[in-house]
Amino acid sequence: MQTAQSGPEEDAIRAIIQEHIHLEGPLLPILHGLQKAYGVVPQAAVPLIADALNITKAELHGVMSFYHDFREVPAGRHVVKICRAEACQAVGGKALAEATLAKLGLEWHGTTANGAVTVEPVYCLGLCACGPAAMVDDKVVGRVDEARMAELLQEAGA
Amino acid sequence: MRDFIIPSDDRDMGTPAKQGAPVTLSIDGIDVTVPEGTSVMRAAAEAGVQVPKLCATDSVEAFGSCRLCVVEIEGRRGTPASCTTPVADGMVVRTQSDKVRKIRKGVMELYISDHPLDCLTCGANGDCELQDMAGAVGLRDVRYEAPENGGLANHFTARDTSGEANPQWLPKDDSNPYFSYDPSKCIVCSRCVRACEEVQGTFALTIEGRGFGSRVSPGAAGDDFLSSDCVSCGACVQACPTATLQEKSVIEMGTPQRSVVTTCAYCGVGCSFKAELNGDQLVRMVPYKHGKANRGHSCVKGRFAYGYANHKDRILNPMIRDSIEDPWREVSWDEALSFAATRMRGLQEKYGRRSIGVITSSRCTNEETFLVQKLARAVFHNNNTDTCARVCHSPTGYGLGQTFGTSAGTQDFDSVEKTDVVIVIGANPTDAHPVFGSRLKKRLRQGAKLIVIDPRRTDLVKSAHIAASHHLALRPGTNVAVVTALAHVIVTEGLMDEAYIRERCDWDEFQQYAEFVSDPRHSPEAVEMLTGVPSDDLREAARLFATGGNGAIYYGLGVTEHSQGSTTVMGIANLAMLTGNVGREGVGVNPLRGQNNVQGSCDMGSFPHELPGYRHVKLPEVRAIFESAWGVEIDPEPGLRIPNMLDAAVDGSFKGLYCQGEDILQSDPDTKHVAAGLAAMECVIVHDLFLNETANYAHVFLPGSTFLEKDGTFTNAERRINRVRRVMAPLNGYADWEVTQMLANAMGAGWHYTHPSQVMDEIAATTPSFAGVDYALLEEKGSVQWPCNDAHPDGTPLMHVDGFVRGKGRFMITEYVATDEKTGPRFPLLLTTGRILSQYNVGAQTRRTENTVWHDQDLLEIHPHDAETRGVNDGDWIRLASRSGETTLRAKITDRVSPGVVYTTFHHPDTQANVVTTDYSDWATNCPEYKVTAVQISLSNGPTEWQEDYAAQSTRARRILPAAE
Repeated sequence: MQTAQSGPEEDAIRAIIQEHIHLEGPLLPILHGLQKAYGVVPQAAVPLIADALNITKAELHGVMSFYHDFREVPAGRHVVKICRAEACQAVGGKALAEATLAKLGLEWHGTTANGAVTVEPVYCLGLCACGPAAMVDDKVVGRVDEARMAELLQEAGA
Repeated sequence: MRDFIIPSDDRDMGTPAKQGAPVTLSIDGIDVTVPEGTSVMRAAAEAGVQVPKLCATDSVEAFGSCRLCVVEIEGRRGTPASCTTPVADGMVVRTQSDKVRKIRKGVMELYISDHPLDCLTCGANGDCELQDMAGAVGLRDVRYEAPENGGLANHFTARDTSGEANPQWLPKDDSNPYFSYDPSKCIVCSRCVRACEEVQGTFALTIEGRGFGSRVSPGAAGDDFLSSDCVSCGACVQACPTATLQEKSVIEMGTPQRSVVTTCAYCGVGCSFKAELNGDQLVRMVPYKHGKANRGHSCVKGRFAYGYANHKDRILNPMIRDSIEDPWREVSWDEALSFAATRMRGLQEKYGRRSIGVITSSRCTNEETFLVQKLARAVFHNNNTDTCARVCHSPTGYGLGQTFGTSAGTQDFDSVEKTDVVIVIGANPTDAHPVFGSRLKKRLRQGAKLIVIDPRRTDLVKSAHIAASHHLALRPGTNVAVVTALAHVIVTEGLMDEAYIRERCDWDEFQQYAEFVSDPRHSPEAVEMLTGVPSDDLREAARLFATGGNGAIYYGLGVTEHSQGSTTVMGIANLAMLTGNVGREGVGVNPLRGQNNVQGSCDMGSFPHELPGYRHVKLPEVRAIFESAWGVEIDPEPGLRIPNMLDAAVDGSFKGLYCQGEDILQSDPDTKHVAAGLAAMECVIVHDLFLNETANYAHVFLPGSTFLEKDGTFTNAERRINRVRRVMAPLNGYADWEVTQMLANAMGAGWHYTHPSQVMDEIAATTPSFAGVDYALLEEKGSVQWPCNDAHPDGTPLMHVDGFVRGKGRFMITEYVATDEKTGPRFPLLLTTGRILSQYNVGAQTRRTENTVWHDQDLLEIHPHDAETRGVNDGDWIRLASRSGETTLRAKITDRVSPGVVYTTFHHPDTQANVVTTDYSDWATNCPEYKVTAVQISLSNGPTEWQEDYAAQSTRARRILPAAE
């Protein structure tokens, strides 16, 4: 092994790891911290996290691949999540999802060409009483129809 | 729990055994009593009731994911999983009812809806738990079908009918040479992942994704088994209930139909295996659950690396030649044996009775070793017998003999489960004793503390979920100074166990010793410059060991193979006595023996000064036992040690050698001197599987047999006598004990053993510590630890329980004396040597298996600083030179070694690390100082002159004439 030169990024990653390492069960907070700082969990962080927590790359992969929100490639500037759970499907959620994807010309998890919006499925936002529900970044929206979705997408720049 | 005898009950009990107060419950109307904490599933198995299951197996803790094992329990709601439900007193359990049958069928139907139905052509056909369970729950129909136009909702079809690829389908991973991973057959029960974590402790596997997308993944995304952290121990293959992880040999040869329990012939752990066969064809080796050394675990060598037994290089016919310049001539056994016998007798007539000798093998059985030393003593009429233990654990024999009164390791391997603080010194168990390494790591994950004393950062220092509290990275050659400094801290800070010392040890001697170690020149601060170990760290380590609870010391050849090897062993014994850590579970002094039967070959009287049972040949009463048993007079003078034999050969007074199963040219230090000694002999008889390096200088080659081809016993590092059972007929025609007997008889001995059990009876009749051992006992108990005699009819798992064997434990003064092998301007670096997981010793066996994918050449590990100042890059050819010789190999730059220290392995003869090592040796036992050589390295263009000459000579020496028509 060559002793790797510590670039600024590596030091920054180490700083984020150090910020959370004292917590009980520090892995998820560390991943959240990295995701927040970089929009992804950078590949360079993998050996550093594994070393700091004394876990293997396999274990880290198991955790990261379980949670959709820890990304290996960055999402668009905004993330639109459309609820796919039963209650929303029963009030038109499925049609809304299909129409939205068709309008943007995307598959699930796809990002628009201008990098503005990524569309993802989500399974229940807890808004069953006012479906179909969606979430734009951190904000939940109820009773979304196609027109409301068009508005949301426009705001997001899609 | 129940300890089954052979033939044993090999059922999977579902969940691991527990210890606790007895609890009685009723299962399907059968009352059963089990320890508290046992699962309902295991209790049912104890009662003879098998609850259907998929995700549970008794090598790992229950997981409760498959829901096939649901049962009904009176007074409880619902249908709890029997694997995760602990028993309670008075519990009434029903494993069969309409309700649970319906649930199980439904669960099974879902599993099978995502599993290919190619059972008849599947590699696991007949050995598949999924198949068995589908039968057990009475599954007759699978109603689930993919919706029309909905795509393929399964993981096992590569393409749909229109040729569209199924994104859920993953191709088979054949990257591991021994087993394949076929994701299309996986039921994601996690047994492999849990086995990798709980049993092996490598954490190489995970479940990636979630829900329907969950898959077993080796390493991270993009890894396959070979590129992952997988060490190929086989625990996952063992745990897999389907054909997902499957031995390639089974896929190729079919399901084995019979099995024989035997003992692995690699390291000193002595794992028990089931050799599974079709006819006399070995299909696979499976770790044996009731093996008391391994408890169902294995490593890559024992589990998979047996291919050498049928390798094309194996020599199956005897060969002779007049001179080592001639090519070999294949001859009949009679001709070879009479040629050898005539030559040996001729040498004795010409040069005297003591001009010939034997070297016994730590690879062969106890019975074979006993016969080889008997050949020297009763047929050659001298004591010129030595063994490869000379070059590994002879200092253990001397050091522990002096302090405790016996050379034996004090514990069994199970003891590690009770230990609280472990010192590992000069040993790398995760590579060299992997199954013990896994057991140790398991205990560390439970919270035991670890102190590693090693110049190199071994995997134990830090790897997944374990880390040493202290790594004392000492300079090679300073073991005594470090061990004495640890004792200094314990004594001067008053941390010793005075009551224990007063009761069990010689108090006067202790006082002298205490005065000696208390001298400020032994303080950590005083020796810091010498050892390179920070004094604070050393003090903390000493305090931890003295106060941390049950303290156990495990050590290996990094302790013994030094000019002060015996002194360090005594220092270790001192530490154990000082802290009261001998004589109960979880403590002790544990030498990790290198080879499968090092312990046994020493027990069997292989040393020139000791008759079997470590009794000096000078003692007339001991000689009398053997004289009356063998009807010969035994030479009262100790014979020659291996280095003395070689010196005497060069001087011209030692002329003939029978060397069984050992390659002294490659394994012994200072290769050039060994070569000169062998070349000076007039009759060298090599008895081996292969034309090894020593055979280049031999006149007679007697083909050997593998451990699969003979009956006998091996004794492992915990003194456990394990049976080796014949699995197939010897390819060469004779087991090794028969060959030795034929040679002895050709020299007029008149032996007539017809089975190794008769040799064991002779050992028992002459050797008190084996007095109670016979094959009937071994069949009954599976294995037994010596001493086994009237006082200990069931053997002795722990030594020194009621006091030391020698009476009072004896503290020995351990003065540090620096080795004469010193660094200087010409040779500024210290070379130390060791092993790697996938290769074994000189590599004669493992190099002839696919283990070479992990290690195809010896590499020199060097610290980045040392590399940089010499302009060496990773992978460069470099020349490694010492005062003895030089060789070339490739560099591996790593900070595992400290600056000033380089490290290599000695598995490959074309590297010949021992050309470089010196002939310095232990002051007491002549154990060579492999672990310290002053060297220099520089860039190189290729092999050295020695390597080229050697390669040419060995090609010449290995010519075999075609057999005469």
